[in-house]
Amino acid sequence: MYQYDKYDQAIVDARVDEFRDQTRRRLAGDLTEDQFKPLRLKNGLYLQLHAYMLRVAIPYGTLNSRQMRMLGHIARKYDRGYGHFTTRQNIQYNWIKLEQAPDILADLATVEMHAIQTSGESIRNISSDQYAGASADEICDPRPWAELIRQATTFHPEFSYLPRKFKIALTAADEDRAAIRLHDVGLKLVHNEQGELGFRVYIGGGMGRTPFVAPLIREFLPADNLFSYIEAALRVWNRWARRDNIHKQRIKILVHEMGAEEFTRQVEEEWQAILPNKSDAPREELDRIATYFAPPAFETGLSDEVDRSDPAFAAWLDQNVKAHKQPGYAIVNICLKPIGEIPGDISADQIDLVADLAERHSHDELRATHAQNLVLPHVKKADLYTVWQALSAAGLASDNLDLISDIIACPGLDYCSLANARSIPVAQKIAQRFADPARQRDLGELKLKISGCINACGHHHAGHIGILGVDRKGTENYQLLLGGSGAEDASLGKITGPGFNEDGVVDAIERTIEKYREVRQEGERFLDTYRRVGFEPFKEAIYG
Amino acid sequence: MKILTGNDLPTGDVVWWTGADWSRHVEDAVDVGEHGEAIAAREAGAQRVNGPYVIDGELTDKGPRPAHIKDRIRALGPTVRPDLTLKPADATAGTWVI
Repeated sequence: MYQYDKYDQAIVDARVDEFRDQTRRRLAGDLTEDQFKPLRLKNGLYLQLHAYMLRVAIPYGTLNSRQMRMLGHIARKYDRGYGHFTTRQNIQYNWIKLEQAPDILADLATVEMHAIQTSGESIRNISSDQYAGASADEICDPRPWAELIRQATTFHPEFSYLPRKFKIALTAADEDRAAIRLHDVGLKLVHNEQGELGFRVYIGGGMGRTPFVAPLIREFLPADNLFSYIEAALRVWNRWARRDNIHKQRIKILVHEMGAEEFTRQVEEEWQAILPNKSDAPREELDRIATYFAPPAFETGLSDEVDRSDPAFAAWLDQNVKAHKQPGYAIVNICLKPIGEIPGDISADQIDLVADLAERHSHDELRATHAQNLVLPHVKKADLYTVWQALSAAGLASDNLDLISDIIACPGLDYCSLANARSIPVAQKIAQRFADPARQRDLGELKLKISGCINACGHHHAGHIGILGVDRKGTENYQLLLGGSGAEDASLGKITGPGFNEDGVVDAIERTIEKYREVRQEGERFLDTYRRVGFEPFKEAIYG
Repeated sequence: MKILTGNDLPTGDVVWWTGADWSRHVEDAVDVGEHGEAIAAREAGAQRVNGPYVIDGELTDKGPRPAHIKDRIRALGPTVRPDLTLKPADATAGTWVI
């Protein structure tokens, strides 16, 4: 994985010093909160319901064991012994003290981490496929390009005061595990007919108050021109963005109102105008970055056989372990959704355990996923039973990946100052209602996503079943959505009708599921059945 | 009743105006009546508390309680982590929040 050079380290260290001074001035009363707020947000420090919250960037979700241990150290020393993995491959700490925030950033800098651009009107952490570099279905590892964009856009003055936040995701696999069409810019690495490498470019997707699936803006962009094309798109957005209205500032609104065709025309025109500036990184720079992402030294000649005699282990294998491109290896998913627990939460001790497993069994690499889970990307099949035993002992061997209890949930009203309703208790109740492993497996892949407000951090628009918490005259109320997807078949969920209270929405989901079981055909997922039979049978089942 | 609340500047802790100072316990909150905005402005200037604001509340036999669920959750802590609330030893803590 990428390692900082002296310039990377210098700018991160300088930012820590700068923030330490800004914090000192705030605590001394030399800065007002109005003056300080944009400065702390530029360092990922929010003020939430109960305390300050620090969001730490995990670029494209990739970590090594040393970095993971530091995340555990921060949870233990500065927080309350746990962290929360987010839906953008980051980690958040919920109980931060302002007076200690500079020390945390200094600790992070010692392991090449920071919280820069995890908030504010900036280009946020670049997200990517959690199986990058390991999956058999990718055409190449997309992370060198993610790192290139990260470097090119970090502290870039042109992108420091954008109209609104800006999110980029990229993948190199046909199976979209990064929800690229629900980002401001979604990039898919492809080969053209001549066998050249490039990107399929989608622009104008997103969730939030006004969700859109991003339209295709360019079928093939030569890989060497990635940055200049993004720069052109950002310039068009900068030129026309509705800076007068916070609800209309995102690029998705511009693309929608201008129309994808006209937006594309303007981006292409701008791109041609700036190409002579040669703002694209030279190939040698990409090659330099790519050397850090060279495949680990995989052993060859390993057996693909795995002893499945332990039924609990076999169940975990079937659900949580995925195919690796290297014979004799596998991708291990650590699902942070034990039944009845808080989605994405992990204790400091569990963080340390996962770091140890990554170091011993996964070539010192691990990943965070947008579904709030973790991945050990390079595990020898011969080690799978040992890894499973260690995970089991730590309460980390939930075998429910992509099943109905593998729920994405934002922190909701239990933690978030923007939320209107709690998300976590609803997730817990649904998971408990469908806790029976056989029942979950019978239902198959079912992605259930919950947000506590219209900002959609819980990706409810993209859930096969989505739940949106709203405030109805001071009472929590939950709207149900059906038919969303964040995958390669991206779509937006449709609201079923009037909302429910906390227990009512769980019952409504049960009625939805029973209808699915009644009308499904062989091999169909819930989403497949919904798309085949349509909205009405489910609506009738829900409301009677 | 009207209650004045905010977050302590150095720690971020939720605090409540007691009439003379700030407390971490909602039970210590006083009815600020029509003076809430003026106290908030004065306290904002003192820069000990972030974003002080006035909320509706009611006086119960167990003390002041915020009217809105968001501030009730602020008063106690996350409903999903009773071990992190201000009264983890009290089995009845939180029954009034939801």
